[in-house]
Amino acid sequence: MMSEQILKGLRDRDPRGIARAISLVEENDPLADEILASLDDSLVDQATVLGITGPPGAGKSTLTDRIISNYRSQGRRVGVIAVDPSSPISGGAILGDRIRMMGHALDQDVVVRSMATRGRLGGLCAAAGAAVRILAGSGCSVIIIETVGVGQSEMDIIRLADITALVLAPGLGDDIQAMKAGLLEVADILIVNKADCAGAETLAMDMESIAREGGGNKKDGAKVCMTVASEGRGIDELLAAIETVDASHRESGERRARREKAYDLEVLDWALEMIKPSIIEKIEKGDHDRKGTPRLQAAKLLGQE
Amino acid sequence: MTEQKKIHRVLIGKPGLDGHDRGAKFLARALRDAGFEVVYTGIRRTPDEIAAAAVQEDVSAVGLSLLSGAHLTLFPAVVQALKNAGAGDIPVLGGGVIPDEDIGLLKDAGIIEVFTPGTPVAQIIAAFRTACETQESRRS
Repeated sequence: MMSEQILKGLRDRDPRGIARAISLVEENDPLADEILASLDDSLVDQATVLGITGPPGAGKSTLTDRIISNYRSQGRRVGVIAVDPSSPISGGAILGDRIRMMGHALDQDVVVRSMATRGRLGGLCAAAGAAVRILAGSGCSVIIIETVGVGQSEMDIIRLADITALVLAPGLGDDIQAMKAGLLEVADILIVNKADCAGAETLAMDMESIAREGGGNKKDGAKVCMTVASEGRGIDELLAAIETVDASHRESGERRARREKAYDLEVLDWALEMIKPSIIEKIEKGDHDRKGTPRLQAAKLLGQE
Repeated sequence: MTEQKKIHRVLIGKPGLDGHDRGAKFLARALRDAGFEVVYTGIRRTPDEIAAAAVQEDVSAVGLSLLSGAHLTLFPAVVQALKNAGAGDIPVLGGGVIPDEDIGLLKDAGIIEVFTPGTPVAQIIAAFRTACETQESRRS
């Protein structure tokens, strides 16, 4: 597809144009700058970016499916970026989050894009951030980033979001597990999903007490919501909670502060992505002598000796 | 690796009323292990749903698996659905319990490769790789 065709497709909200644009930016194509510059910044500024994270099997995709339905009933156009891990061995990935969202497959106003982590050092935030911009620029007023809440790169992605929800479910480990990964610090909303299962009340009480204590860099504690995503229970209350957090973030300036942090994060990520090839080239060309410690060699390579 | 190796994105789907997904899942894993990014849509999808997902995910090839015997109807229906979605250029490959005499008919209907229970997995992966490379060079 020619570049004008892609840019036109993007303007016309053509699914193919949007999809191609995301791929080109993800692949660092020369057209990326043109595509990103063509977007309507005011749409990007206004969109709400919701991060949904949590351990595997907590119900993130099913919950995302229900949240989409709810926003669609309000007439809002929804974008989803579903991140799944790449195999560190083969570099391949199975992207299966869509399965839970296939009910929206024929809705032109639900744009779902799966993205693999590709085990990159940097680059993932850059790619996901660009995808958020493209989705917002193509008229999505809500963009959901869904990712497993383990690992540094996934945690970094979630920092692109205006509002972050952590999904937990009973039976996936005790409250110590939840306290471990630093997940609780980033969450604005704690969702106890599978609330009809044994142990949900206890988990919710644990979360309530953690939320009351506050944590991380947030002034007020997180909200706790209980849901049964598979039956659509608790979704209205969850969306109301999201709405409340969003309003308070907009009023307090928290939203702007997070956007600024996210911007810096994306810049750093793009910078790493851009310098990496030249460094790899230098190393592979072998114009260094493999003497001294690797650390010194790296400094030499970068001219910081 | 000065230039990052291009990672091929493919979609594996099961159209129609056939819940036997062992073949599709096996192939999804095999492709992942061969370095592909595989979007898996799950069972019982309509041709239109598969086409819409293929477009949104910007895949370079679509693989269909079917064991119900309805391949002569459903495989060409996916090819048509892709055309309707403005993505008739995305190649479609199919596999399953398919009688030899149907293979020619499917190829005539635009399925570029057809695999049967005896096809070695390496051959299937090679076919996906060729299909992706052809599509990606045509696209750029």
